[in-house]
This record gives sequence, C-alpha cells and structure tokens, in this order.
Amino acid sequence: MSNEYLVEVSHLKQYFPIRSGFKTINLKAVDDVSFNIRPGETLGLVGESGCGKTTVGRTLLRLYTPTSGSVKFDGEEVTDKNIQRLRKEMQMVFQDPYSSLNPRMTVEDIIGEPLDVHKLYQSKGERHDKVIQLMETVGLNAEHASRYAHEFSGGQRQRIGIARALAVDPRFIVCDEPVSALDVSIQAQVVNMFEDLQKERGMAYLFIAHDLLVVHHISDRIAVMYLGHMMEMADADELMSNPMHPYTESLLSAVPIPDPETARKSKRIILEGDVPSPLRMPTGCPFRTRCKYATEQCAAQMPELTDRGNGHVVACWNR
Amino acid sequence: MGDYKYILELQDLHTTFKTDKGDVAAVNGVNFVLEPGKTLGIVGESGSGKSVTSYSIMQILAENGNISGGKILYKGEDITKWDAKQMAGFRGKCCSIIFQDPMTSLNPVFSIGYQLEEAILLHTNLNRAQAKERAAELLALVGITEPEKRLKQYPHEHSGGMRQRVMIAMALACEPDILIADEPTTALDVTIQAQILELMQELQKKLGMAIIIVTHDLGVIASMCDEIIVMYGGRVCERGTADDIFYDPRHEYTKGLLRSIPTLDNNGERLVPIGGTPINLLNMPKGCAFCPRCDEAMKICLSQVPEEIPVGPTHKASCWMNIKKMCEEGNA
Repeated sequence: MSNEYLVEVSHLKQYFPIRSGFKTINLKAVDDVSFNIRPGETLGLVGESGCGKTTVGRTLLRLYTPTSGSVKFDGEEVTDKNIQRLRKEMQMVFQDPYSSLNPRMTVEDIIGEPLDVHKLYQSKGERHDKVIQLMETVGLNAEHASRYAHEFSGGQRQRIGIARALAVDPRFIVCDEPVSALDVSIQAQVVNMFEDLQKERGMAYLFIAHDLLVVHHISDRIAVMYLGHMMEMADADELMSNPMHPYTESLLSAVPIPDPETARKSKRIILEGDVPSPLRMPTGCPFRTRCKYATEQCAAQMPELTDRGNGHVVACWNR
Repeated sequence: MGDYKYILELQDLHTTFKTDKGDVAAVNGVNFVLEPGKTLGIVGESGSGKSVTSYSIMQILAENGNISGGKILYKGEDITKWDAKQMAGFRGKCCSIIFQDPMTSLNPVFSIGYQLEEAILLHTNLNRAQAKERAAELLALVGITEPEKRLKQYPHEHSGGMRQRVMIAMALACEPDILIADEPTTALDVTIQAQILELMQELQKKLGMAIIIVTHDLGVIASMCDEIIVMYGGRVCERGTADDIFYDPRHEYTKGLLRSIPTLDNNGERLVPIGGTPINLLNMPKGCAFCPRCDEAMKICLSQVPEEIPVGPTHKASCWMNIKKMCEEGNA
C-alpha cells in the first residue's frame, strides 16, 4: 500500500443549520476535527451523547456532506462523485439492529443488496453462495437465509448488519455503537467477532461507542470528543492509564468498574452540571464551564491539539 | 402492623403473562428479603424477570399479567391480598419506583411543579400552597438549582439527567420506605450516571430508605449494594454480597457474565462470551434455565431445577455443580 494512512481526516466541520424564528443558526456538530487511521488499525471514538461522534462517522461515509474540511481514503479525496465507488471500500455498521434492517426484506436480500449495488456477481447462484458464505462468516445459520429480520434476536440482527457491511469486502468499517443495544453476554460474542474479522481480513475500524471499557478492549488508539471538538487522542493503554485532559480524567473516573475492590478505592471526579447546548457553545474551550482548572485563557481561546510525546495529543491550556 | 425484621419480603413470587402464544412465566419463584435502609441489587439480562419482579411489587403489571403465586410481605403484611385502594396508598407512600427512561416517564404537557405537587397532594394532607413549598424543597434536595424557577418549566426544558432528578424527587415526595430504581441510569451518559448514583446514595444516608436497584450493568452495582441477586429466566441463580458475587461466583451463569465483560486489566486477552442466545420464556427448559447455554451442564441439569443451597455465610447459589461438589467432598 502506497499510503501510510488509510483514512485521513483533516479540519472536518459539519454544521447543521437550525431555523429558530427568523434566524438560522448553525449547530456545530463537528468542529475542526482531524485524525488519521492506518490500515488494519482500530481507532476508538468516545464521548457523551451530543458530542458529535456519530456525526463524524456518518460524515466520513458522506451520509452528510461536510461543511468544510477533507476526508481522504487511501490518498484519494472523498467527494460526492466518487463516494458510490468508495463505499465498496468503506462500510458502516449501525447502532440499532432493530431499525437498521429493512423488515420487508429477507436476510438473503439484505446481505445481498451491497452485492447488487456493486455488481459483484455473475449469476444468481453466485450471489446466493456469497450470501451463505457471509452468513457463515458471522456465525449465522445458513438455513435462515430466507427468513425476515424480525425472526432474529438482537445479537443475531447485529450479525446480519455486519455481514451486510462485509459483503463488499471493505478495507474500512465505521462501527457506530455496534454493541450498545446488546445484552452483556451477547456483547462479548460480537466484540470477539469484530476482532477475529479484523485479524482475518486486515480491515481498519472506526469504533464509536460510549462504553469506555469496550472501546479500550478493542482499540489500538482512542480519541475523546466533547461538543464537536477533539480533546485528546492517544494509545488505548496510555489514555486509560495517563489521561491528560481534565475531561478525559473525569470521564474515566465516572466509568463504573465491575470490581467491588477497585470501586471502593477509586475516587470519582463528579462533573457538575450538564453538557452545554451545542446551540449556545461557550467561547474558547467548550469544556471550561464544567472544568475545575478553567482560567481566563480558556474562555478566550480554544486550545490547539498539541503532541505531548508518543502521539499523545491533548487540547488543553493547563496540562 | 406487627413486629417485622424486613421491610420487604418476597416469598416464592410467580408472575405470569397471558399471551396469544400461551402463558409466559416471567417470574418463577423469586425469594428475597430487604432490611430497612439497605440496598439490594438485582442484575440480569433482558428477559431475566428483573423488571417484572419490581413491577410485581408495585402491582403495576400490564393488563395481561398477574401475580399467580407467592407472597409479597411489606412490614409482615401480604400486599398481594390488598385491594386497589390500599395499593394506591402503598405506591408513593410506602414504596416508589423510578424508571429507566426519564424522557418518557414525565408528562410533557404539565409543568414539573404541577406533576410534583400532584404526588404530594395525593398522598398528604398539605394544601396547594404547602405542596408547592414542599415541591421546591424536594427539587433542592435532589440538587436542582433555582427550584422555584424550575417548577414552572416543562419536561422538555430539562436535560436527561435533570429529568431523572425530577423523577427521584417525585418518588421521594412522601418519604417512602423503599425506593425501586429500575435501570435508573441506563439512558444517561457516564458522567451523568455518576451524578445520579452519588445522589441516590446521599439521599439514602439522609432519608434512610431501602433501595432496590435493578440493572444489567455489573459496574453500577459493584460499589453500592449490600446484597446482590443474579437472575436468569425468572429465577434467582445466585445471591450474596458484592465480594461473594464478583470474587467467588458459584453459578455458571454469573461466572460467564463476569468473564464476558472487559475490565481495565484484561486488555489483549480475548473475552469469553456466553454461547447461545438469551432465553425464550415461551420455551423454558425443564431443568435449570441456563443449561442450554452452560458449558458445564450435566444430565441432571436438563431435567431438574437445582435447589438453592448456601455456599458461604452470606452466599447462596442454585447450581448443580455446587451440589455435585458437596457430594464429592462428602464421599471423600
């Protein structure tokens, strides 16, 4: 492969115009976010609801047209013109396995649809064989190909969604909260499957989730977002053991650890208040309203992401 | 009311739903006791009967559901025999519930104040002006700033965390003896979840109520429960203190559950999932509910439901493995 990075995102902005009365204001869902993903790597993207993590994923696949900034896939700028071709390389797995599958299509047609779109078969028989093979890959019973989505459990539906994404043999998958809707015991099955598939096929993932323990488990690197901005990005272990941004720090301390001993010892940093509305963004650093280290400088200017060694980047004036 | 040791006691509770496809036994003989001021955690996956158990206590089951057996003793009195009027008095005054989704459990067309006052007027002798004062007090109690202003606002003007605080304020309006929290933080972000859990613990210290916390998240209950019950297929598989459950699990389901969650230090190691799919309550196995997914299942597991036996001073489990082990030790 010619490029070091498979996906390069630079200064991505995604604003949604909101009409309120006579005025139109911009909701800045993603504001100046840059990151790169290497081939075969998993980048975890975490943050609370409304931080723009899902929007980032969707904008990468051009489900939205970005306001500004660029997304490059394997060195090639993603545009409205080439996105259809590039979606053979980039796919997405959605959060809700209940609403992301068409209830009126059989499993065979759901998984086969990407094959139709990209004309990846010569005959009906070949399409059927490919679908069956995909179903077996994700651990579904091939006999169930003619069933409908509602006949499956949540975990099985998520497998159907994954098989659909795998159909075109992509090099990059955006996984948007793929395990959040699943029961704990099923979650582990799906997480393992993601890992196995990556090993076999060398795909890269953008793994979006709010469950930090799952993200830490599956990711090589983790990026933390808050109100449309990227606050910190580092190696997964480095981020968990040495969080530098005050927001990351409190986010980590708020994670309920399933271990009574650690839970008793750990001290939670309880954040005051709620995430501000993205329509009324604070000036400067968006986190300053909840940050105990906030100074005047934080109110005046948004800090840049700066490298603190080993690719650990942080956007904070005080750290 | 006579002498009682437990504020709440469930004896062999059965709850059944009538459906087109036949009767569904959602709760199959659940026993537990709750001492005043203590916290009980109920964990389980979807379909384990954990929510139905709490709805049964409140008797707010869907129309096709009913308590088909067993007793629910509140201060020693069986409330399953109470009529609708007595139950109306029980709810709110003796026992309150907060639900998972704070977005849908408040009425969008009434102000926060109106909904809070409604609960107070219903259960106490206060007049409207006093109720208003009490409502403001309650909002302050759950950590909402500017309570007077907030009372006039509507639910959509509040964030998820705020709404859950309002729900808690409402539940505590009449200082109940028991607060049931059904997945109280599942719909909330982690930082807000931490706020709400802290608030619940603080209020418990202040007001001394007992809490039943129902959740699927093992992390949530690790730190705050005096006793934990693990449920599967409408039955209790294991009960004990947090240390018993997390460090010495004695039921194959609990073990599987603990193995399947990622922790901070098992990075790189593969997760060990529980095989199979969650239970279908319409098609319950004859023996242990977990046996179709259990790696250790023996012949007897298929045909007979294991009895609950003590495996430690505060620890009980219903698994044939323990009984087998006991017999082996007895023979040796």
